[in-house]
Amino acid sequence: MHQFQIAPLAGDLGSPFAFTNSALWMLIVLGLIWLFMLGGMKRQLVPGRWQVAVEGVTGFVTSMLATTVGPEGRRYVPWVFTIFMFILVANLIGLMPFALAGAHPFTVTSQFTVTGVMAIISFSIVLIVGFWKHGFHFFSLFIPHGTPKVLLPLIFLIELLSFMVRPFSLALRLFVAMIAGHILVEVFGSFVVSGINAGGVAGPLVSVLSFVFIMGVMALELLVCAIQAYVFALLTSLYINDAVNLH
Amino acid sequence: MDLASAQVIGAGLAAIGVGAAAVGVGNVFGSFLESAIRNPAAADSQQGRLFIGFAAAELLGLIAFAVAMIILYAR
Repeated sequence: MHQFQIAPLAGDLGSPFAFTNSALWMLIVLGLIWLFMLGGMKRQLVPGRWQVAVEGVTGFVTSMLATTVGPEGRRYVPWVFTIFMFILVANLIGLMPFALAGAHPFTVTSQFTVTGVMAIISFSIVLIVGFWKHGFHFFSLFIPHGTPKVLLPLIFLIELLSFMVRPFSLALRLFVAMIAGHILVEVFGSFVVSGINAGGVAGPLVSVLSFVFIMGVMALELLVCAIQAYVFALLTSLYINDAVNLH
Repeated sequence: MDLASAQVIGAGLAAIGVGAAAVGVGNVFGSFLESAIRNPAAADSQQGRLFIGFAAAELLGLIAFAVAMIILYAR
């Protein structure tokens, strides 16, 4: 589908230095986050509306890490806040109807490479922190307390497998949720067009029903955008909790 | 049966998993609401667990969707 295609804006797609529409929209997302943060970092004693909004988001991430990881969670606020804001803004920007003005929005998070890199960085943080703090004792994460000796190899294998699958499940969840939402809207959008083209009585009826359905789906998608960003950040902080506190 | 029709049938069968995930997600939120109404004071503290359960149930449906897409567009 056209909206998921990566097209080079400058340079050749084959070369590693092509400037693609994905890179352009990533920069736009970065700029928006930068503007948002800049407007709220005035450190006024009596905060204005903008500062309250920024403090709300940072306070949300900080309290999430405080409840899942504990007092040591504050050290990981920068990374979790970064992915939370990036995913949230990228998801929302991808939904915006810029196509009406001729600019095709590109949902950065609908590419497995982008979400995969974020998941791999989260997973590497877990591994590095785990081995740094606990050394080879980190492997006790794979053996729950009170496991019978007979079951030990089997439980170890299962826990290891479920640990190794984490980056894939993190990346896959976000990427498929975005793809599925956009495909759903596109399919019902094509129903609107073909219903009008079909004419008669039933055709326009189908168009109107599809259009109403699209409005509902878009409202749901706004919710999904926020939930997916929240879930990615929450699961990352849970995995960090595993590495910091073991069990 | 030729490959194209087999692919469409296979993708349709894989889409059953999406419906199963819908049951799972509904179950997660339904159970949460049921107990949250009984004890509203404890509801807010369990919201993180609610979303973990939601994420786990949803992931399997999304995997079913991914499998359906792979079957549909594989050649």
